[in-house]
Parts: sequence; structure tokens; C-alpha cells
Amino acid sequence: MAERDAPGVPARVLLLGGTSEIGLAILAALGMPPETEVLLAGRDEQRMTAAARTLRCRLRTLPYDATALDAHQALIDSAFADGDVGLVISAAGILRPQQDLERCPRLAGLLIDTNFTGHVTTLLAAAARMRAQGHGTIVVLSSVAAIRPRKANFVYGAAKAGLDAFARGLADSLHGSGVRVLLVRPGFVTGRMTAGMRPAPLATTPAAVGTATAAALARNAATAWVPPALAPLAAVLRVLPRPVWRRLPR
Amino acid sequence: MTATSQAAEGTGRLLSGWGRTTASRARVAGPMELERLQDLVASRPAGGVLARGAGCSYGDAAQNAGGCVLDPATRPGIDVDAAAGTARLAAATTFTELLTRIVPYGLLPPVLPGTSHLTVGGAVAADVHGKNQRRHGSISGWIEEIELIDGTGERRTLTPGGDAEAFRATVGGMGMTGIILAVTIRLLRVRSALLRVTTRRLPDLDALLDALDRTDAPYAVAWIDTTASGRSLGRGIIDTGDHLANPDPAIERYGLVYRPGRARRVPPLPACPVTSWSARGFNTLWFRKAPGNSSEITDLATFFHRLDTIDGWNRMIGPRGFVQYQFVVPDGAHQIIAEVLEAVQRHRCAPFLGTVKRFGPGSGSHLSFPMPGWSLAIDMPAGNRWLGPVLHDLDLKVAAAGGRVYLAKDSRLSRSAFDAMYRQLPEWRAAASKLDPAGVFRSDLGRRVGLC
Repeated sequence: MAERDAPGVPARVLLLGGTSEIGLAILAALGMPPETEVLLAGRDEQRMTAAARTLRCRLRTLPYDATALDAHQALIDSAFADGDVGLVISAAGILRPQQDLERCPRLAGLLIDTNFTGHVTTLLAAAARMRAQGHGTIVVLSSVAAIRPRKANFVYGAAKAGLDAFARGLADSLHGSGVRVLLVRPGFVTGRMTAGMRPAPLATTPAAVGTATAAALARNAATAWVPPALAPLAAVLRVLPRPVWRRLPR
Repeated sequence: MTATSQAAEGTGRLLSGWGRTTASRARVAGPMELERLQDLVASRPAGGVLARGAGCSYGDAAQNAGGCVLDPATRPGIDVDAAAGTARLAAATTFTELLTRIVPYGLLPPVLPGTSHLTVGGAVAADVHGKNQRRHGSISGWIEEIELIDGTGERRTLTPGGDAEAFRATVGGMGMTGIILAVTIRLLRVRSALLRVTTRRLPDLDALLDALDRTDAPYAVAWIDTTASGRSLGRGIIDTGDHLANPDPAIERYGLVYRPGRARRVPPLPACPVTSWSARGFNTLWFRKAPGNSSEITDLATFFHRLDTIDGWNRMIGPRGFVQYQFVVPDGAHQIIAEVLEAVQRHRCAPFLGTVKRFGPGSGSHLSFPMPGWSLAIDMPAGNRWLGPVLHDLDLKVAAAGGRVYLAKDSRLSRSAFDAMYRQLPEWRAAASKLDPAGVFRSDLGRRVGLC
């Protein structure tokens, strides 16, 4: 009950952020056989159970709060206790309007913990386990927001930039260990998290991110932009002069 | 030094199969003396133990992530009894070494798989077959004796007539019943190391299968154009061969020799050159350039091990590696061959190499692959995201028809499909649990399909 098969489907999967729309969309796109065991780690037990019904796989739920940093080592230990985990998807994340964060810095701290610190504590523990088991894949959900901080959304951007850098460093440190890291950088994803917001150009959907991630796993890619057209756009955004960048409306 | 520290002494290495798809890291050790091997097994190292041969299986059969891998377990060694026509071979002996040594005696391994790089231990663990499976069966039927270290560290000798269940579980058992130390096999006698090979080009699948069915040559194999569709679906080239009845007076005046084909090295390519277009182009050219009907004299390496002449051809497929889908379906279910070809073409899986064989009776070993019927093997680059779902659907068709997928080639079969294909699994489990009660022998393949 261990291995990833050649097209990239593992026998056991751990989704951190068990109700994440994108995380569940990735699981749905993997085309897992019914004997695959899915571990959903999240806060909302009911929603995870409901989500799992659509997956038609063996399911276990684990209580996971991204901000409860002290509990993360124990969570990873319990996920790996019954055998190897071939794929870990780190999908926990929240998004709050920038004005709310500026009004309440404590909330900004919570966002950083959820979107960055919690990923670091869980993924370092998972990476150590995977290094010992000699194989595995870690999927990290970064964002186009990680490329350059925008004044309209810079706390979220800072967390994603930290996560992006962490994932790239982790990938290099795991080189040759049999464990690989796939860094997914979606653009604006329409869904629960962005409900009520005006979609940005090149907006995508959770299902499209799921499909693109499954395809990237199959081709053994290190990075996946969703949609792919974001890659050249990001290159432009990176070099835009700062006075121009500052004036961007969003 | 204790056995436990010997297990820890192995150096961490990333291992992959011939298809280079799912590498995993293990502690690699060996070769070792018999006592040390026995101590190692008895100490039950964390993550289990697996003997690896030459790494010629396509998938994860010779990998054991997080455990110990013996690469190889023993040193090579060949003892020939020319009068009896048998040889005792250490497990790590390769077929190249074996052929070089025994051909001058007028002896030949009864089973020659498509590469000569594989080891004897690996050949027995996968119960390999050759182009003569229909007439001579798989290697199982030629084994007199297997020397094995079982899961308790005890050295045992298995014979077909002794503990028959242990023998049948070990041949084809993919290393999950123990460490094969040595094998004694019966050899074929030949008077020449040359073959007369007849090549014929056939326009469609029916003609190709009919030609394979009708031939009375001991060796027969068909290359199939995996990209041709419509009326040309399944067109191909059939090669049939037999040993010359007498040594060639010009070439073999000073006796019989085996010369491995001169291998040309190819550089590993940074990207996969195989697309559905290039696969089609290559296959069409290959078909067109073949003679309609010809006959020639060739040597052993040219006929049996054509791909060995390109050293490391697997690295030409690019860093993502490739998958081979080899299955067998019983007589009467040959339409599955057409269905499989159509499915991989429809999903643009870029099948670039295909081989069809006619099989005779199986060996009776629990996890052995051959059965009377038709076998098709298709190589496809990994990376297409439809490949997994497409092959899983085909698995269900093959299983429903009573067929199976070859474990030595497999890197992706699901446990449920495996259970449906290998009907002697309960017998295998019963015999394997006697040989390895504590579950010491483990592999990535074994975990994936549920053998350990």
C-alpha cells in the first residue's frame, strides 16, 4: 500500500486542508482506483465526509487546524502511522479583504499562519517521513500573487511568496531522495474563497487547477502555472517599473 | 559486526526500473557471502529486503523504497555440465555471460528474453519467456533446482518434484518468497549458433495473427505497427527462425561462438522525442522498409537481442521515462488486441513500439504470465495524463477476457485489477506465507499490487 504508479497516482494521499475546493478538485482529477486511501485533514468533519462521497475512495478524516502549529508533528505522525503516504497536497488557505487585515493586524497574523507557517510545520514533518520512506510527491499550492506584492493584496501575497520560496528550497533539498515537489501557481480562481470578488484576467476554476495539477504530476513537472499563459504574464509583471506597478488598480 | 548494522551499512541510492518512471530510494548493499545474507534476512531489516538483478524489469519490481535492496545478492558464477546439458548458475549471472560461456559447447539457454542483460535470478523471479514460448514454455519448465534463502534466513533447495508449491510460488514470485542464490537449468543442444530467419510483411491484424498461428518454426515474433489504423490496423512484420541443422562450414569452422552485438552508446535526451506524430512516422517507415518476404542467416544476438545493440536505449525516451503495457488474452479473445491499439491511438498515447507473440500452455507457477493465447506489448512514453485511466480501462477488459498483465513490465497496475487477473493468488499467498512468514521480502511492486 505504498507506491505511486507510473502515471502518478499514489496508493495513499493526504490532503492538508480537507475541504479546500482546489485540493478536492485535484483528488477528483487524479482518477484514483477505488482502493486508494484518502486522508482528509481539516476542521470541518461534516464537509469532509460529504466531499469524500464524491471521490469513491477509502476515506479517513484527521482533525487539522492550520494555525495550531504545536499539533502538526502529531498529525503527520498519525497520517504516516499506517503506512507510506505517496502524495501530500498542501492546500490549506484563507483569503481576507486587505482593508480588514489593515484594520485588524491580528487577523493578518492568522492569515500568515494559515497560508504559510502551517504549511512549513506540516511539510517539514511530512518531508522527513517521505525522505525515510524513499519516495513520494508533495504538491504545494502557491499563487500568481507570490510573484510580486500588490498594494491591494500584499499580506496574502507575502504569505504566498514565503510559501513559494519555501517550496522551491524544499524541492532542491529533497533532490535525489526519491521525493519530489510540484509547485502549482494558479491565477485568480473563482470559487468559495473569492466569492463576491470581481475575477481578474486569466481567471480559472478549481476544476481546471485540479486537471492541470494531475497532468503536471503525470509529466513529472516541477512547476505548473494555471492557466499556462500566466507564466509569460508573470515574467512581464516581475519587470514592470515600480511607479507603473504601484498604479495598478488591483 | 551484527547483521543489523550490515543492513544499515548499505548506501542510500535512487533506484528505478528500465522504464525510468517511478524512482525510489533504498539502502543498497551486496554482493555478500552466504552467511551474511542469511544473517541479514534473519535480522529482518526495517523496510524489508529485496534482491535486485540487472534492473531490466520496466517498472518498480526491483525497487524497495525505504528498505534494503541487494544489488546484486550474489556474485556471478557458471558451472556447466556439458555431458548432462545442464548448468548451475549463480543468480547474478547475466544471460550475456551465460551465452558467451555455453554456446561453444553447443548449448543454449532454452529461454531467451528480448535482452541479454538480465540476470538468471531475475529471469526466474519473473518466469521469463522468449520467442519460443509456444513450443518450449517459460523458464519454469527447465529448472531442476533453485537454491533460496527463505524469510527465516534458512537456505533451502526447491525442486519441481519436491515442495512443488514452494517452487511454483518462487518461479514468477517477483522475489517475494526469498533471495534466489543459484539455479540449475537444463539447456538446449544446438549444432550451430546461427539461425535461418524468415521475415514476412503482413497487411493487417488478421493476416499477422494468422501467420503467427500457422508457423511451425520454434521461434516466432511479430513486430506490429502500433500507429496504423483503419484497414491497416495491426499490420506488421513476422520473424520466424530456427537453428541451422549443421554448423556453417565457412563461419563456424573453428566452433560455435556467441558474440554480443556491438553496442552503440546513445546520449540521454533532455526531452521526450516520441509524440504521436513521430511514433507514427517511425512505425510507417519501419513497415515500409521491411522486405515483403525474405530469408537470411543471422547470429544469435541479431535475432534475439536486437535492442541490445543500442546501449541504454531507454534513456532516449527522455527524462520522464516510458511505460510498457504487455498483456496476454486467451484464444478467441484476440479482438482485445485491436481494442487496445485503437484505445491508445485514440488517446494519443504515442505508442512507438509493439510486439505480438503466440503463446502455448502456461507453466503452472502461481504468478506466471504466459497462458495459451495472444500477447501484445506496447511501449509508450509516460507523461500523457490519459495514459493511467486508459490503461486502467484496458486492464478491466483484459481481466474480463480472462487475460493478464505481465508484472515484470508493469509500473501501474492497480490492486483490484491484479486480483482479477491472477486467479492463483490464494495458492501463491498460502505458499509464500510458509516461505516468508514474517514478511521480510518486500518491493515497491509488491506493496502496490498487494504481494507483501
